[in-house]
Amino acid sequence: MSVYTGNEMMTVVAARALRNDDVCFVGIGAPSAACNLARLTHAPDITLIYESGTIGTKPAVLPLSIGDGELCDTALNTVSVPEMFRYWLQGGRVTVGFLGGAQIDRFANLNTTVVGDYAKPKVRLPGGGGAPEIAGQCGEVFITMAMGLRSYVASLDFITSLGHGTGGDHRQRLGLKTKGPTRLITDLCVLEPDAETREMTVVSIHRGVAREQLQANCGWPLKYAARVGETPPPTPGELGVLRDLQERTRKAHGG
Amino acid sequence: MSNRARVLSLAAAVEECIHDGDSVAFEGFTHLIPFAAGHEVIRQGRKRLTLYRMTPDLIYDQLIGMGCAERLVFSWGGNPGVGSLHRLRDAVENGWPHPLALIEHSHAAMANAYDSGAANLPFAMLRGYVGADLPKVNPLIRSVTCPFTGEVLAAVPAIRPDVAVIHAQKADAQGNVLLEGIVGVQKQAVLAAKRSIVTVEEIVEDLGPRSFNAVILPSWTMTAIVKAPRGAHPSYAHGYYERDNGFYIAWDKIARERDSFLAWMKANVLAQQGAGA
Repeated sequence: MSVYTGNEMMTVVAARALRNDDVCFVGIGAPSAACNLARLTHAPDITLIYESGTIGTKPAVLPLSIGDGELCDTALNTVSVPEMFRYWLQGGRVTVGFLGGAQIDRFANLNTTVVGDYAKPKVRLPGGGGAPEIAGQCGEVFITMAMGLRSYVASLDFITSLGHGTGGDHRQRLGLKTKGPTRLITDLCVLEPDAETREMTVVSIHRGVAREQLQANCGWPLKYAARVGETPPPTPGELGVLRDLQERTRKAHGG
Repeated sequence: MSNRARVLSLAAAVEECIHDGDSVAFEGFTHLIPFAAGHEVIRQGRKRLTLYRMTPDLIYDQLIGMGCAERLVFSWGGNPGVGSLHRLRDAVENGWPHPLALIEHSHAAMANAYDSGAANLPFAMLRGYVGADLPKVNPLIRSVTCPFTGEVLAAVPAIRPDVAVIHAQKADAQGNVLLEGIVGVQKQAVLAAKRSIVTVEEIVEDLGPRSFNAVILPSWTMTAIVKAPRGAHPSYAHGYYERDNGFYIAWDKIARERDSFLAWMKANVLAQQGAGA
């Protein structure tokens, strides 16, 4: 039985959600680690796309930014940024968008813009970048974010990118044909949208985590699916590949 | 008089092309960010600039912290993979060194807006911002109805800056410029702008073997070419030097406090008078 961190568990479970034939638009940070772990384990043919224009990239180390030279060197090709957003994302060629965020609500709407009032923010966050259109135009969206009361909040100060809005058929009423967030992978559990309400609902809990611990790290009353299983823990193989990747990355960035 | 871009010193190019109150787009998507040119703008003390850039990055943290900007048009303002831009945050949250107006978009909208600027169109349209709050705080995000299908699409003004500033790998003896690698929106930015400064790693006799479809800006589309080796550092120039990720990480500490920021700028930018000559 190997020992692993919550963050490693989150990355491994997020990686498992990806399929070999996915075309995935990759956000920086936790999503980038998960997407490359998938590529180095069960999904060797996955197409990874970064918004800097790199298509089919296979980085040996994780990039610090979405535009590191490593992404371009190992890509099938690199297109301009307008082409990336127009032909490839808006063109409907991407099956999965993989996002993180600063704050999330029960319908998986994300805030990466401000904490507090927009005009007089308490904390000015980086902003949306590619996320508003990734959220609308990818076939579905996976989100990976560690849980905590500061990030899992009852209501967002700002909706940077739409999840399921106010729930139900909100996305369809806005004219969207894509699925939106279908999976939220945290360091403690996995959530999926309820079939009717579209509220993100706990479907599996990581080994050794109690329901009280989940609720203590979430700002809204969590709902649970009828059947809640245990998330299979990382295998030694998955952990080994992830740790090798992160060690190579650490050396490459001189960290 | 020739309509070709002229080869100038960095100081002369900035002096001639960028004036107080201008709108200026320094582009380069992580790659080929024109740091040397930005530093010369700081040394020359430009004020009240409207700065355009998809990803403000460290160069805008520096321009904003040194008081060059009064307005920022952007779509993602962070230190990639590291965290906040502390000088940008200080300007927005505390008005230091003076208040900074924000005009905020998504990447897709800015990329489309540069494209429309280059195409000489008044606005860009996209299937964007659906369900997002940005249209509530940016009155320049509007909508347009497709005359054929009735679909309502997001519309934003084309970007037509006074000046575009970019960095590229090389120019030839005639002043034609070649860009390779992650090419971002630089070609669009130059073609959308009234004037442009292009700094390059080297000026060569001939651009040499290249793809038939290489990204090239003909000499007659630009105003000034400047030889500025390592002019993108700590960003990178593909084929010349790598991104200095260690510096991006170190910047977090340098820029966190006003004093340490000003000391760094004084020692590493202001004291380099003549670096652009």
